[in-house]
Amino acid sequence: MNVVVCAKQIPDPAAPPALDPERHTLVRDGKLILDDSDAYGVEMGLQLAGDDGEVTLVSMAPNGEVSGLRTALAMGAAKAILVSDEALRGTDALGTAKVLAKAIERVNPDLVIAATESTDGYTGTTPVQLAELLGLPSVTFAKKVTVEGGKVRVERQTEAGYDEVECPLPCVVTVTAGVVEPRYPSFKGIMAAKSKPVEQLSVADLGLSPDEVGFGGARQEIVSVAPAEERGAGEIVTDEGDAHERIIQFLEQLKLI
Amino acid sequence: MAIDTIWVLAEQQDGAPVPTALELLTQARAMAGTVKAVTWGGGAEGLAGTLGEYGAQVVYDLGDLGGKLPGPLVAAALAERVRSGDQPDAIFVPTTYDGRDIAGRLSARLDVPVLTNVVGLVEENGELHSEHAVFGGTQIVTARFTGARPGIFVIRAKSFPAESAGGGPASVETLTVPEVGAVSAASVQQRHVEERSGPKLDEADVVVSGGRGLGAAEHYALVEELARLLHGAAGASRAIVDAGWVPYSHQVGQTGKTVKPTLYIACGISGATQHLVGMKGAKHIIAINKDPEAPIFSVADLGIVGDVHKVLPKLIEALKARS
Ligand SMILES: Cc1cc2nc3c(=O)[nH]c(=O)nc-3n(C[C@H](O)[C@H](O)[C@H](O)COP(=O)(O)OP(=O)(O)OC[C@H]3O[C@@H](n4cnc5c(N)ncnc54)[C@H](O)[C@@H]3O)c2cc1C
Ligand SMILES: Cc1cc2nc3c(=O)[nH]c(=O)nc-3n(C[C@H](O)[C@H](O)[C@H](O)COP(=O)(O)OP(=O)(O)OC[C@H]3O[C@@H](n4cnc5c(N)ncnc54)[C@H](O)[C@@H]3O)c2cc1C
Repeated sequence: MNVVVCAKQIPDPAAPPALDPERHTLVRDGKLILDDSDAYGVEMGLQLAGDDGEVTLVSMAPNGEVSGLRTALAMGAAKAILVSDEALRGTDALGTAKVLAKAIERVNPDLVIAATESTDGYTGTTPVQLAELLGLPSVTFAKKVTVEGGKVRVERQTEAGYDEVECPLPCVVTVTAGVVEPRYPSFKGIMAAKSKPVEQLSVADLGLSPDEVGFGGARQEIVSVAPAEERGAGEIVTDEGDAHERIIQFLEQLKLI
Repeated sequence: MAIDTIWVLAEQQDGAPVPTALELLTQARAMAGTVKAVTWGGGAEGLAGTLGEYGAQVVYDLGDLGGKLPGPLVAAALAERVRSGDQPDAIFVPTTYDGRDIAGRLSARLDVPVLTNVVGLVEENGELHSEHAVFGGTQIVTARFTGARPGIFVIRAKSFPAESAGGGPASVETLTVPEVGAVSAASVQQRHVEERSGPKLDEADVVVSGGRGLGAAEHYALVEELARLLHGAAGASRAIVDAGWVPYSHQVGQTGKTVKPTLYIACGISGATQHLVGMKGAKHIIAINKDPEAPIFSVADLGIVGDVHKVLPKLIEALKARS
């Protein structure tokens, strides 16, 4: 089975994030890494593709960034499509979905996997927008995925527990963290990844018009950014064996006991 | 341009509208003269009383969807309605699993953008501006749509209080769900409901949550015991949900539940930004963590630097002795 995995490349979440002072978008100048959320998708894709299929990565990222893609290729993905174009700066979730859809159409996969939401933007709608644009059904919030007889079976998280959902292929599935344990790339994998093909495309290559993407295509803007009301830090007590007594007092003050 | 009409997606659970739908109706009626609710899954007549009470004049009912996932069907029905000329200025969608699916599909169908993770809404010159908490809630970003209406806003739970307006039942209008073909092929085969006792996590007055600092799955019993003694609910960080210690329905945070209890007690939780956004709205916060540098202390009213395995058993004993 051929699987496309959406692989977002993001600034290292450990580094403090920053917004562009003018347009208020996230600053993405430095090196980007594979979003952890998508590492689960890559692993799931590799397991489902099996020996007779392969995983193709699709990514939209600035400045021809490939570091995150190399990580996923080292895990075992066969190849990647990277869409990178100055015209994409400021693209919103719907615009991103349009770009990913055009790239995915070139592969014509049996299954598309994305994460339920990314770590940096966490809009959480891109994969479903993508499914609608591709004319595919989708199952979101998967905590378990199996494929059998041309159908995908998903345990989908719900408020109360989970649903067993069935869906014919081709379709889009979004996975949660914990769906599978991502493998660490082996040394052999890392070496092999260096020579795996990464096709780089521009907005024009995809047949999209520049006004469908970027700041213009977004049709939404950030008006202002302001510090949130701070929640002042309170009293700190180091436990010397009696901290529970201070908690009891606190509960009494709140009349909870 | 004024805001005249707002639609609110009123997903149901156990035969009642989800609490966020009532919060959004309350907010919608403060901003627009005409408020319509959208329901699916059957039983609309039974929901019309509550929806009317909170501000809906009309309920658009899509009926039973026959076990199909609602995303593509609800989006298609609403898109058709909008195209036929019945245009709201905004559509409010609760941040739920199905809500996000519907919003995404509807956005692509109508070719209008979405604003998600909304935690506040204000009106400026006849326009809606949405507020988003970013960077762990330290910054508030305000955004607006610049293109054609309707604007689709996906709004987080507990962003607004739910207040009854005391109105009568809404009138129910049936909308037909168009045939959409392959996109709606996903269907639910079976539902699994996890057992739960005590108050619901997102409604409880006291929430006691545990994190990786508990060390092992069996120690979660301390958290449950403390929650029980305080008549509260037991929550969790994602770390221990992913590790399989507790079911997902316990998760508090960005991808879990948003809670706003009178008291939140965080036990062995570091206070990652994605956890904080789900519980920072609590009136009071107690944190127990052995690392004095843990970020959770920056939001705690009472921070205990200590070992959960020492503090919790003593606290539980002391509470038991009082009852
Ligand atoms: C704090 C913040 C808030 C934002 N709010 C909004 C908003 O309300 N509405 C809006 O339209 N835009 C919003 N944006 C912009 C939005 O993040 C980007 O436009 C965007 O490209 C969509 O990315 P996402 O990470 O939010 O998508 P998500 O929907 O969270 O992504 C889910 C999954 O889709 C796949 N995916 C997403 N982007 C890519 C990519 N570039 N390459 C490969 N796979 C990908 C990945 O599998 C990813 O995990 C926001 C950005 C920030 C930083
Ligand atoms: C897209 C995305 C969405 C996410 N959504 C969520 C979400 O909804 N909810 C959520 O919670 N997380 C979420 N996360 C994960 C989040 O980033 C953190 O990884 C997670 O919250 C950490 O859980 P923790 O605090 O239990 O574990 P850790 O960060 O490992 O912290 C454990 C803490 O326990 C303390 N400790 C250890 N031993 C003891 C002891 N004996 N006594 C007292 N203290 C002790 C340690 O000092 C430490 O501070 C999300 C992440 C991403 C990328």
